[in-house]
Amino acid sequence: MSQLRFREAVRAAMIEEMERDERVYLIGEEVGHYQGAYKVSEGMLERFGERRVIDTPITESGFTGISIGAAIVGLRPIVEYMTWNFSAVAFDQILNNAAKLRQMSGGQLRVPIVFRAPNGSARQVGSQHSHAMEHFYAHIPGLKVLAPATPADAKGLLKAAIRDDDPVLFMESETLYGVKGEVPDDPDFLVPMGQAAIAREGRDVTIVAWSRMVHVALEAAAVLAREGVEAEVIDLRSLRPLDETTIVASVRKTHRAVIAYEGWPYGGVGAEIVDRIQRLAFDDLDAPVLRTSFLDVPMPYNARLEQLVVPQASRIVEQVRKVLYRA
Amino acid sequence: MHQADPGSRGSDAAETTIAIEAAAPVAAAPDLGLLRVLRDDGSVDPATDPGMSAELLLRAYREIKRLRLLDARMILVQRQGRVGFYGACTGQEATPIATGLALEKDDWVFPALRESSIMLVRGFPLVPYLAQIYGNSADVLKGRQMPSHMSGRAVNQVSWSSVIGPQLPHAVGAAWAAKIRGDRTVTVGFIGDGGTSEPDFHNAMNLAGVYRVPCVMICQNNHWAISVPTARQTASETIAVKGRAYGVPSVRVDGNDVLAVYKAVSEAVARARSGGGPTFLEALTYRIGAHSTSDDPTRYRSDEEVATWVARDPLARLRRHLVHRGLLDDAIDAAMEQELSAEISAAITEVETHGPPGRETLFDDVYADQPWHLAEQRAELLRGPKAPAGH
Ligand SMILES: Cc1ncc(C[n+]2csc(CCOP(=O)(O)OP(=O)(O)O)c2C)c(N)n1
Repeated sequence: MSQLRFREAVRAAMIEEMERDERVYLIGEEVGHYQGAYKVSEGMLERFGERRVIDTPITESGFTGISIGAAIVGLRPIVEYMTWNFSAVAFDQILNNAAKLRQMSGGQLRVPIVFRAPNGSARQVGSQHSHAMEHFYAHIPGLKVLAPATPADAKGLLKAAIRDDDPVLFMESETLYGVKGEVPDDPDFLVPMGQAAIAREGRDVTIVAWSRMVHVALEAAAVLAREGVEAEVIDLRSLRPLDETTIVASVRKTHRAVIAYEGWPYGGVGAEIVDRIQRLAFDDLDAPVLRTSFLDVPMPYNARLEQLVVPQASRIVEQVRKVLYRA
Repeated sequence: MHQADPGSRGSDAAETTIAIEAAAPVAAAPDLGLLRVLRDDGSVDPATDPGMSAELLLRAYREIKRLRLLDARMILVQRQGRVGFYGACTGQEATPIATGLALEKDDWVFPALRESSIMLVRGFPLVPYLAQIYGNSADVLKGRQMPSHMSGRAVNQVSWSSVIGPQLPHAVGAAWAAKIRGDRTVTVGFIGDGGTSEPDFHNAMNLAGVYRVPCVMICQNNHWAISVPTARQTASETIAVKGRAYGVPSVRVDGNDVLAVYKAVSEAVARARSGGGPTFLEALTYRIGAHSTSDDPTRYRSDEEVATWVARDPLARLRRHLVHRGLLDDAIDAAMEQELSAEISAAITEVETHGPPGRETLFDDVYADQPWHLAEQRAELLRGPKAPAGH
């Protein structure tokens, strides 16, 4: 075990997989000479050279496109966007090409590629820089979408993603990069996709979260514990495939659920989870399932307003009180 | 530059480009020359001198100086945590200021990261400008937009997009509308050298050429896109040549030479206004400071390189010219600096008296009319200290 920050865990996963498999390379803006916009790839250019750690001009659709082309013929690219917001410019490549080439080619082609970047709100970066992009991508068949909350999961899931033969989208968070945690050193430590983790056990209510919001949900659970409410916090880790078994088992125990996430309330992964719960655990529910999300507006820049739009622990607590009919 | 015949598409473009090339002393510029007016000793090249009046030159000097001082102050307040972000224009002021001076009131501006100040030149007052950087209750944008994205309907300036590129097609589109409506408005759009790698740059250039719209597209080639030098951004020898490939008359101009930029922009604007179509300008300049307040440029470039460009500082070069012409001396300069600093300090003091925008404003302007679900969220948010459910 090592104590690693989230960014170091992501880096360790890339380094180990690049050492293990020379078809793996890293491409993106500022990943090489600058050592990464968020220093995730620090030292990797020195270690692997310019052939495998590749700085690009500012063209997300361009470097996504060439990486998909390279993946078709056998390389295994890791594509970094400076943030997931900028993947919007490459959306056609991901939606219409990475996701569909296997299916459209009758299974003859594959696109073993990882797209990774920080996602979600940062601090005061305005509406165009604060998107929770997982909701857009999780909608698309052919893609896998991961959103770890801890350094260990970041490492284990990213390694699994790099070894996977399908396109995998990996959601990091600017606000998580500095978070520390115990991370296994075993080069074959993998976290399987599609398995949620129980971040905190509890019997009174289930809170489902992923990525940064797991930490906010745990904060909310601590507040609730002082009120005598034991919340179970599920860290989803993987949004597609989705571990409905763990969610349903927890709701069968608690009979109540709140989904806490970044992103807008209309549709999205949160609504998808509500659908699973009401369909698979209808008879076990003692209250409607509620959600805590962004307010339904583009993100403002002003810090005070931003705090109102982004889910806070207090808002999760509020929703939990509602499903417990204590509001 | 001569007036265009709207009927003779194509040949006019080539002629205009050649006219500029012939006039410009060819520096280290392959292919397209480099338009320069200011000489190192402060004199002007009579062959290219646009003949700006003393008043206009002094105005340009004052505006550049104000912007220089303002950028320094904004970086300071950002470091103190009073604003969230800032991208300065230091070293590149000649292009936005000269552009602002070359435009008419009804023209439209679509800046990139470092050209917000054009609206100041076009009459937008300083305090509400700063309010956009603070994003407070005095901000006409209601605290929604990041700093260095300043805009205003009153001065026909549209915010650039944080996700690089879209403003350039927007500029072409606004010009296209002017052409369709038959009005005499000209639009100016900006992009950085790094931004020329995005598809939107190529879309803008191609459509401007195909529809022959009254648009001036300006690339501020400041040599760096964060840590990526222009040579690793493109294999083309110049940025300007890309415009030419799309059939858009293209000019390389010394972007640290206010007179040259003023000449190039004025001529391009005049041609656009008279039906002569688009122009692409590559302004050669240099970002003296960091990319933004989240960048450390010492990680990727040498002090010597920066020093070379500090020696070509557009403010110092204009100053030399003004002194050469007897329009400026140390005393006038010092008094101007003091006056501008006082103006900026007073504006900062005033803008900082305002608190954040009211929480009720959060739900405005998402749609023309507030739909019921936002009205509901708004009511819930205002009902109590507790935040709403989020849906
Ligand atoms: C689509 C997109 N990709 C990446 C970024 C991150 N980014 C912000 S500014 C910048 C560099 C821009 O360089 P350039 O266009 O030369 O303009 P400059 O900052 O030098 O004025 C980058 C890569 C972004 N904002 N949008």
